Amino acid sequence: MVKYYESTSVFHFSWDQVAQGFWKRYPNPHSNHVLSEDTVFREIRGSKLFTKRLLTKTNRVPKWGERFVNARTVKIVEESIIDPKEKVLITYTRNIGYVRVMSIVEKVIYKVSKENMNWTVAERSAWIDSQVFGFGRAIQAFGLERFRKNCKQMVGGFNYVLTSMFPHTSVSHATSDEVTSHTSSAKKDALKDAAKKATDIAKSKAGPIYASCQPNQT
Amino acid sequence: MNSIGENCNELKKQYDNCFLMWFSEKFLKGDTNDEMCAPFFKVYQQCVKKAMKENHIDLKEIEKDMLGSADECSAPPPKNS
Repeated sequence: MVKYYESTSVFHFSWDQVAQGFWKRYPNPHSNHVLSEDTVFREIRGSKLFTKRLLTKTNRVPKWGERFVNARTVKIVEESIIDPKEKVLITYTRNIGYVRVMSIVEKVIYKVSKENMNWTVAERSAWIDSQVFGFGRAIQAFGLERFRKNCKQMVGGFNYVLTSMFPHTSVSHATSDEVTSHTSSAKKDALKDAAKKATDIAKSKAGPIYASCQPNQT
Repeated sequence: MNSIGENCNELKKQYDNCFLMWFSEKFLKGDTNDEMCAPFFKVYQQCVKKAMKENHIDLKEIEKDMLGSADECSAPPPKNS
């Protein structure tokens, strides 16, 4: 069962600035785990720009996760479409390899804020899935917790880059509302249990607790 | 930011610099002619494709287009509907 999450962030920068900053997001002080970034496809179709980038990130695996994943890096494909006329930037990222262990898909739509023409709203959706028998829930719960934390890091990192690129634009930082989830409370309890189970297993192995895979965007 | 292939870093830097200038000065202003950086892109791509092979990256997985395709994930319907 795929878990779905969404959240909204506001950047106090214009859409044009965010679109430019998007290409310079890495490195930033919150992105130490990002190892490489390459453009592997780029094409103009009509007035839109289509791009595909390959990112590699360090893969921190908890002791209990080593039986499923022994790769040190995780590879991520990021597709993006930029429409400069409508001022819409859409990004879609997914991990490749180990998708049965954990797959995280993230879609972000950046558009001009209705509240303030000089701000940009980022609407983030994420789908987290794991198909490991018996451990799927635990891995999913771990992935989710990591994802929530990384959302804030992502916004912080992007703001850092935007502030250094456009220092005179804004001193205030983006606000990010809480990650809302479409999960019933019963399911939340089940998730909590799964997380606890995973934590207990991890603790019993006396190793540090990390997410089993790095979520797509930080 | 580094390339996946260490020997591609310089080519990547040259291309990225050209692209960023093109993106800000041309593309965002409505000019969609991307000839300007094409020579840089070509040599950088040759290098990075080779590096991806050396890193055993499944090129087919990367070539798959998800965004805008039937395989793209979609948001579930609202809870109360």
